[in-house]
Amino acid sequence: MPIDRTGTPLVELRDISIAFGGIKAVDHVTVDLFAGEVVGLLGHNGAGKSTLIKCLSGAYRKDAGEIFINGEQVEINNPRDARAYNIETIYQTLALADNLDAAANLFLGRELVTGMGTVDDVQMEAETRKIMARLNPNFRKFKDPVSALSGGQRQSVAIARAVYFNAKILIMDEPTAALGPQETQMVAELIDELKRQGLGIFLIDHDVHHVKNLCDRAAVMKNGQLVGVVKVDEVSEDDILAMIIAGKKPEHLAA
Amino acid sequence: MTQATTRAPSQPRRSATAIAPRGNPVSRFLQATEIDTRLLGMCGALVLIWVGFHLYGYFVNGFAAFLTPRNLWNLSVQTSSIGIMATGMVLVIVTRNIDLSVGSLLGFSATIMGVLQVYLLPPLLGLGHPLIWIIAVIAGMATGALVGAFQGWLVGYRKIPAFIVTLGGLLVWRGSAFLIARGETISPVDSTFALLGGGPYGAIGATGSWIVGLLGIAGILALIVNGRRQRIKFQFPLRPVWAEVVLAALGCGVVIGAVLLVNSYPWPRGIVRQYAEANNIVVPPEGLFISHGFAIPVLILLAVGIVMTFISTRTRFGRYAYAMGGNPDAAELAGINTRLMLVKIFALMGTLAGLSAVVASARLNSATNALGTLDELYVIAAAVIGGTSLGGGIGTIYGAILGALVMQSLQTGMVLIGFDAAIQQIVVGSVLVAAVYIDTLYRRRAK
Repeated sequence: MPIDRTGTPLVELRDISIAFGGIKAVDHVTVDLFAGEVVGLLGHNGAGKSTLIKCLSGAYRKDAGEIFINGEQVEINNPRDARAYNIETIYQTLALADNLDAAANLFLGRELVTGMGTVDDVQMEAETRKIMARLNPNFRKFKDPVSALSGGQRQSVAIARAVYFNAKILIMDEPTAALGPQETQMVAELIDELKRQGLGIFLIDHDVHHVKNLCDRAAVMKNGQLVGVVKVDEVSEDDILAMIIAGKKPEHLAA
Repeated sequence: MTQATTRAPSQPRRSATAIAPRGNPVSRFLQATEIDTRLLGMCGALVLIWVGFHLYGYFVNGFAAFLTPRNLWNLSVQTSSIGIMATGMVLVIVTRNIDLSVGSLLGFSATIMGVLQVYLLPPLLGLGHPLIWIIAVIAGMATGALVGAFQGWLVGYRKIPAFIVTLGGLLVWRGSAFLIARGETISPVDSTFALLGGGPYGAIGATGSWIVGLLGIAGILALIVNGRRQRIKFQFPLRPVWAEVVLAALGCGVVIGAVLLVNSYPWPRGIVRQYAEANNIVVPPEGLFISHGFAIPVLILLAVGIVMTFISTRTRFGRYAYAMGGNPDAAELAGINTRLMLVKIFALMGTLAGLSAVVASARLNSATNALGTLDELYVIAAAVIGGTSLGGGIGTIYGAILGALVMQSLQTGMVLIGFDAAIQQIVVGSVLVAAVYIDTLYRRRAK
């Protein structure tokens, strides 16, 4: 399915900069993302991918630049702001509270409450069972703290959180880093499914092979700067690797 | 997952093992009733301590005084002050913090209440005015809340480690209490206020105790029935009926036992005579048997326990506290205002220290700046022995109250069998370290 990139992008990060103690972690980077599209962010460790995306998820505050959602300029100062714009993030560290069960994590910060204003654990567990039946039918450990879950199960809790709250924009920070082949396949299928539903997804990944398979476009960063954005169908894995390592577009793409 | 009559074997509660086998009768019983093994262990330890002290007294000293209505009633009153604060300490420790200032804060609140009801309010309102005790209690709890909120602000917004803030508080509030009272003992407190500390008049008698007991039984039954109804509604696995019955019987048995116990401790003869003279009752030659019943401080502890359990398990506030302890970053990223949470949690801890000051100073019928010295250690020990993990994220209110009971039982027992203060300190300190060691082993095995 071709992606319509003629209209207003779902997200536009324009000229974003952020520095930590004099080091420019992100240096005037501009990236956009359309509905139904997966944009991969690539680069070495410390290239600034995660930092850039944290400006969108509200974990960091950008020093300079503008963020547009559906063409409207927005201010995102904290994670709550991001959620208000239907931006959901699945962090590399998963950001789950290990001591709580799946339902408590799924609804953390947005608990369902009863008429008396108390947390409605039963209802939340029922909703969790419903969504998990869709995402990961083998999931059974609803009563256990998530520390007792496997990497893939934890990942599905994190993804369920994003899906349940009708994310329009999904940020995934190395979602398959800790997973086995089968679980990675599950995440890949899920990404396809979400794409079909019209979500825009930023996918941070180290693995060029994953990016080539899962993404529509790839944005490569090095030392805080954007090397370039390419359509993955038009380049080879070697081209992308070259961009990551050399920090510039291969000459046959430079035009 | 839809059969509603048996409990699916793949869902052991709070146990980390993936699929628990339906093993021997004991583990089957525990699985079916979903009783926490930790809770069982604590009750076992408590029984061991109680029986141990009783037998030691019987064989070594020639008289056994521990398992008597009188001692157990006193034990319940002595547990109250520590228990009330321990429930707050659970939430503080759950968020990976500590509050070392609670003992000093107790002394500070007590001093403020003492000055209010002994020096300031009687000239304004008249001695024994019914508002005095109310104003004093509110002032004491407000003092605790304000101090706690301030310390929480320093921890949350100014990022000073809680250990340092409250270590400073430990000295600051003790010193402040001394300055306010100029080191004097403030006494006697308002006569209504004094009832909050227990004693023959500060207990609710036999009939009142039965009413409390029946309410407790009604509450237990309602919880079990309601829980079952909820599970049926959402087609969750159910406990077998016999397990529900066993749980209900256990709960009700404990309540009835407690009522019988407190009702079998009569007023001392002197108090009966006073009471009879005041009310024109003729005391028969064999004496009047007037039961103490539950002491008011114990009822305060029960109420605090229920409210705090509600807060920690059924409100967003409680959920966030546990989330912060489990993963502070996750809590922050989930949009929880963790800094404000810390202010609230320390304010709650302070309020409970204020309430504890009410109980402690009412019991002694006086306020001194030294009141509550070393309480912080007993409170922290109670919470930790009760299963609150210093790593954060884990801990229960009922555990902390049981922990307070264990600490106080040790203390009382050693006094009864005549250990001197030095040995008491050595034992209490060793028990604390041993309890945390056992806890660490337990958690490592659970992983």
